[in-house]
Amino acid sequence: MTATTPSIPQTTERLQPSLVWVIALKEIREAVRSKWFWMWTVAFASLAAFMASVALPGSQVTGYGSFGRTAASLVALAQIIVPLMGLTLGAYSIAGQRETGALRFLLSHPVSRSEAFCGTYLGLAISLAGTVFGGFGIAGVITVAQGGGANAASFVRIAVLSWLLAVSMLGFGMLVSTFTRRSSAALGTAIFLWLGFAFLGDLGVMGTAVATRVPTWGLLASAVLNPVEAFRLASLSAFSGSLDVLGPAGSFAVDTFGDRLGLLLFLNVVIWAGVPTVAAWARFTHGGDV
Amino acid sequence: MITIRNVTKRYGKTEVVKNFSLEVAPGESIAMWGPNGAGKTTVVRCILGLVAYEGTITVGGLDARRYGKSVRKAMGYVPQELSFYDEMTVYELLDYAAALRGISQDRVDHLCEVVVLTEHVNKQVRELSGGLKQRLGIASALLPDPPILLLDEPTSNLDAQARDAALELLQGLRDDGRTLIVTSHHVEEIAMLVDRVVAMEHGEITVICDPSDLAEELGLRAWLHLILENGSAEHALQVLTDLGFPTKLNSRGVLVEVSAQGKGEAVAALQRAGVEIKDLEIWR
Repeated sequence: MTATTPSIPQTTERLQPSLVWVIALKEIREAVRSKWFWMWTVAFASLAAFMASVALPGSQVTGYGSFGRTAASLVALAQIIVPLMGLTLGAYSIAGQRETGALRFLLSHPVSRSEAFCGTYLGLAISLAGTVFGGFGIAGVITVAQGGGANAASFVRIAVLSWLLAVSMLGFGMLVSTFTRRSSAALGTAIFLWLGFAFLGDLGVMGTAVATRVPTWGLLASAVLNPVEAFRLASLSAFSGSLDVLGPAGSFAVDTFGDRLGLLLFLNVVIWAGVPTVAAWARFTHGGDV
Repeated sequence: MITIRNVTKRYGKTEVVKNFSLEVAPGESIAMWGPNGAGKTTVVRCILGLVAYEGTITVGGLDARRYGKSVRKAMGYVPQELSFYDEMTVYELLDYAAALRGISQDRVDHLCEVVVLTEHVNKQVRELSGGLKQRLGIASALLPDPPILLLDEPTSNLDAQARDAALELLQGLRDDGRTLIVTSHHVEEIAMLVDRVVAMEHGEITVICDPSDLAEELGLRAWLHLILENGSAEHALQVLTDLGFPTKLNSRGVLVEVSAQGKGEAVAALQRAGVEIKDLEIWR
C-alpha cells in the first residue's frame, strides 16, 4: 500500500467511449447468462423456424412468393414478440440494478450517469441484435434449404427493421425503468405498454376510424405514430413494395409520397428507435437519486 | 480533504439530513454513528454524488457535484452488502471494477492476496459468506489505491471472527494514512479505528467527540440483565441499591441500570458480596 496525498487530480468529466464499452460488455455477458434472454432467443428462433418451415412445403411457389410468405409470417411474429422482449429487458435494466444496489455500486466508480446509461443501452441493444438476427437467420436458412431464396435483401431489411423495433421498445422500457424504483412495477408498466402498442393501438385505430370516420391521412398518421405500426408499415413496404393491404390509407400514402415512401417509413422506424431512448437518457442523467 | 457545508437532503417532505457540516482532514478517520435512519448512509451517498442534495461538498478542493468523476476516482466505496452481480465470480467482479477504473489485472491479483481472497476467486459472489463479501467489497474499493475510503456499516452482517478480521484490515488501511469515513450503529466496534465520532440522530449532528468520550457525551446508559443463583436475587438487589444503582427484579434475575462504561462496577460489587452470577446480558 502506498502513502496518500490530499490533492486530487482533475480528470475528464466528458463521456468516455471506452467506459461505455466496458459497461456494454458486462451487460452482454449478463444477458448471455440470463435465463430470460435465452428464453426469448429460443422462443423467437423456434417460432421463426416453425413459420419458415410451414410457409413453404406444398406451396409449389418459389422465388419472391416463397420468401415473401415467410417474411410476412415473420413480420406478424415480430410485431408481437419483439416489442415484448425489448420492453421487458429495458424495464428491468435500470430498476433492477437500482433495486439490488448494483447501480449505486457502478456509479460509485468514476463513471458518469451518461456512461452508465449508454453502456447499459448499448449492451442490451447488441444482445437484442443477437436474438433478432439469430431468429431471422434460422428462418432464412430453413427457407433457403426448402427452395426459397429470392428477394433475400427484403428479408434482411425486415430483420433490420425488427431490430430497430426491439431497440425502440428497449428505449421505452428504459424510460419506464427510470421512473420506477421497483423492477416489478417497471415490468408491469412495460407489459401494459406492450398491450397498448401491439393490440390496443391497432384495434383502437380501427374502432376510432369506423366510429368517427377519420380521414385517410389521419388513419395513416395514427399508424405512423405507433412504433409497432410504423414497423409493420415499413416491413410491408420492404417486401411487397406497396401498402395496398392498408386500403385507402395505403393508397393515400403511395400517392402522396411516391418512391420516397419506403425510405420515409424506414426513417420513421429509426426515429422511433431514437426518441424514447433520448427521453430515457435525459430522465436518467438529470433525474433524482440512485 | 473533505468539506461538507450545510448539506440538506430531502425525500419528499422528509428531511433525512439537515444542515450537515463537517470537515475531514487528510489522513483522518471519522465514524458516523447513530441509529438506523439517522442519515449516515445518506451523507455518504451525497459525497459519492448518488443523490441530489442542497449545500456543497468539496473533496480535495474539487466540487463533488461538478467534478463527480474526478472525486470518485480518488475514493473507494465499500457498500453495506454486496448483494448484486451474484452470477459473477469474485475475479470477474474485481476485473469489471478494475476495467471501470482503467486498472491492470496485476492489481486485481495483488489485492486478492492482500485481502486473502485468492482461493475464492472462481467462486460466484452468491456463494460467498458475509465476511468474504465484505473482503471483496474492500478489495474492490482498494483497486485504485485511493486516498479516501468510504465504508458503509463495514461490520454489520458479520460474525465475531469475520468482524475482527475486517477491523484488522481496516486498521491497516488507516495506518497507511488514508482518510476514512465509516458509518456504524455499533460505535464500540469501530472506536479503535477512528479519531473522531460524529454522532447523528434524525439527520442532524448531535455531538462530535473522541470515541472514548462518546458514552459520557451522550449520557449513554445500558441495562445489565443478571441471571443469578436461586434465592440470591433479593440479596443482589439490596447490594446494588445500597450502591445507588437503579434496579428491578424480573422473573429470571435482576435488571440493573449502568452507564455504558460502568458495567464492570456492578458485576464486581456483586462478586465482592458473594453473589454468584450465572449469566449476564446487556440490553440497550
